[in-house]
Amino acid sequence: MSSGANKIIEPGTHFLMGNEACALGAVVAGCKFFAFYPITPANEIAEYMSVLLPKVKGIYIQMEDEISSIASVIGASWAGRKAMTATSGPGFTLMQENIGYAVATETPCVIVDVQRCGPSTGTPPLPMQGDVYQAKYGSHSEYPIIALAPSSVKEMFTLTIESFNLAEKYRTPVILLSDALVGHLMETFEIPDLSQIEIVERKKPDKETSDAKYFLDEDVAPMPVFGCGYKAHVTGSTHDEKGLRNVEDPVYVDKVVRALHRKIEKHKENIVKVETKFLDDAEIALLTYGSVARTAIHVVNQARKTGIKVGIIRLITLWPFPDVQVQSAARKTGRIVVMENNLGQVVNKVSEVAAKYADVKFLPPRIIGSLHEPEYVINFLKEVY
Amino acid sequence: MDQKHVHPLLVKYARIGAYKQPHCPGCGNGIVAQCMLRAIDELKLDMDKIVFASGIGCSSWIPSPLFNADVLHTTHGRSLAFATGVKLSNPELRVVVFTGDGDSAAIGGNHLIQAARKNIEILTVLVNNRIYGMTGGQVAPTTPHGVKTKTTPYGNLEYPFDLCKLVEAAGASYVARWTTFHTRQLVSSMKKGLLKKGFSFIEVISQCPVQYGTFVGIRDPAEMLHIFRKISVPFEKAKNMSREELEGKIVIGEFVDIERTGLAEAYQRLLEMMNL
Amino acid sequence: MTRTEIIIGGFGGQGSVLAGVILGRAAAYDGKKVAQSRSYGAEARGGAARSEVVIADEEIDYPLVITADYLVAMSQPAFERYVSKVKASGLVVIEEDLVRPERKLPENLKLVKVPATKIASREFGRPMVANMVMLGALAALTGVVTIDSLIKSIRASVSKGMEEINVAALKKGQEYTSAMVGGVHETS
Repeated sequence: MSSGANKIIEPGTHFLMGNEACALGAVVAGCKFFAFYPITPANEIAEYMSVLLPKVKGIYIQMEDEISSIASVIGASWAGRKAMTATSGPGFTLMQENIGYAVATETPCVIVDVQRCGPSTGTPPLPMQGDVYQAKYGSHSEYPIIALAPSSVKEMFTLTIESFNLAEKYRTPVILLSDALVGHLMETFEIPDLSQIEIVERKKPDKETSDAKYFLDEDVAPMPVFGCGYKAHVTGSTHDEKGLRNVEDPVYVDKVVRALHRKIEKHKENIVKVETKFLDDAEIALLTYGSVARTAIHVVNQARKTGIKVGIIRLITLWPFPDVQVQSAARKTGRIVVMENNLGQVVNKVSEVAAKYADVKFLPPRIIGSLHEPEYVINFLKEVY
Repeated sequence: MDQKHVHPLLVKYARIGAYKQPHCPGCGNGIVAQCMLRAIDELKLDMDKIVFASGIGCSSWIPSPLFNADVLHTTHGRSLAFATGVKLSNPELRVVVFTGDGDSAAIGGNHLIQAARKNIEILTVLVNNRIYGMTGGQVAPTTPHGVKTKTTPYGNLEYPFDLCKLVEAAGASYVARWTTFHTRQLVSSMKKGLLKKGFSFIEVISQCPVQYGTFVGIRDPAEMLHIFRKISVPFEKAKNMSREELEGKIVIGEFVDIERTGLAEAYQRLLEMMNL
Repeated sequence: MTRTEIIIGGFGGQGSVLAGVILGRAAAYDGKKVAQSRSYGAEARGGAARSEVVIADEEIDYPLVITADYLVAMSQPAFERYVSKVKASGLVVIEEDLVRPERKLPENLKLVKVPATKIASREFGRPMVANMVMLGALAALTGVVTIDSLIKSIRASVSKGMEEINVAALKKGQEYTSAMVGGVHETS
């Protein structure tokens, strides 16, 4: 199914809200199904999708809650459409069971979490990066996930496309872990000629055969979408390569858990992305992601002018965790300051993989729910080093 | 397995290697499964153009993995939401949901009434055994008042849902109730539901001799079917009966059969209009 | 580094956020890089609505206001709260009838008073377009964006049927400040 995006999206400079850029990115990626339940600060994604999708023969539906939103997205994916939902913290929590189902059944789909301040209802319009662990560990048992963190309106566009590409390529749910700041920020950004954007389509089986294997391939099995005669059997229960339930033989539990993990681990090198700047001669590396990276980049740019040798490593991929890249930054600099808008999530993972190469310090914002101010970060660096 | 000993409907419609059913002996699910295959066979429908979705619970194993078609066995209570995504995405596919009273009257209750309100073109077969069978006999929102179960050892203090009334009020295009005794009527209703261009709901009161039967003291499935016959009251007749007279009875029949544009068709019309 | 930072603040409902969006979009039409945000800074908490606009020639790293070049204040709380974020040689445009600048301001800070609500009510019978009067005044005083781009931006941003009245209000604000000498409106 062609995206049809070129009918409605002009290349060139756009001045848009992050949430709107996300909707445009989805359409460019070929998204043809979007389900939603209203929640701040993600509403603008849905409002724009409800306008855009019918113009490209896509389906927009508002469901009765976030549980059914992600459920219908998974159904749509099996019916052959690229599908997405968007939400924020409370809705993301409700989606967790079915996100686990999507992982287990190897269903490509995209979940946008425009993170807000919590816990519980919290303060809906304020940004926080509190869902990093929920993205990885929110559903029960153990499973791999891919999560990306956009830092700008431009990345709300490009990383939404990337999320779809990864989802389709690896037959897995991908989480775009945005936040209220990036979601509601308006910025200028360039949309290139759409023909220059790489769009990945899912692999489908060549033909129906009785011994076909549609699941549990670490190199990603073809997806037997419905209505094509594959007679697919899709279940969240422990299953074999044909998708048939096998809860009697414990070997299959091991097989499913390992195969799902290997599918992501084996291709980690192709999945993980980070951005680094000034690391080569840096004596300190600021490690950050998402909206907070904007302060870090500013601080690095300013500090360099005054001769402070500070560099930056910005995680674009949060899961699978970029341990190789973080270790490399740790070896180069010996000192890492982790900045995130919470009381310490990614910093735990950084310490786990990099503590033996570098001194790891954590810097939360002055006030949780706000962006770190540049001066506050510079003062911290001066104080500590 | 030697196909000589297999029912012809299974030879034709069962997934290879999936003849063995997971249900307890005497369970009503086999009857419901056969009725569905019979309805499909009589209508000569193409199994490759039907998607069967189900949730969690005994009845969700009716199509999964037995039916040789696309089968989506989902999470507890959510099958109708998954099915909504399937139907909207590919309206050419017929979508049939098998669910139970725990699945769609308790945990998925909202999805049931919302799907009916949306009038999405899905046939929902809800097998009501009035108990949580798979988990070992806990009380359900359909368990009659006073009945003792594993979790109502002193008797059920609550009252059961009338699911057909609920779904009718929510806006379904077709609503019927039968028991596993009324197989001919059930097949006929299923055929109607399969062809309906709106939300169709068939409640099948079914016997659970192992769990429910233990609590009410009837372990013989045949006896349970006879009781179903005895206590069933046709819809037309029930209209003239008082609440007291209907106590302990099962009202059977077709409650709703109307024509109203379904959501998937309405959406296709919108898309055609938008993309002229 | 060319980086211009503007805060537009007022009561909720005065259109501070919309004014920021229109200003930002105009700057984008002028070929600038723009970041526009709502009230996310730590000091923004409380009743006041705020819009921040950062305009630059290069990519914008930090998207929020660090030190404002210009403040447009349409309420007393917005003025009180944000005036300290304006740089010493900056410009503050206040809604004359809604803001009393009682506190002592830095010597080089330029203060301009615009009776925007009065103008909007008198000329158009719609006090709600006071935000466009203020925007017209800001543009005329600073040249931060071109009037042509602002007009184009208004047409792209306001609801249908409201374009012309908003454009007219913008022009009133522009005219009002163009007639000023040294930031003071001469009474005739």
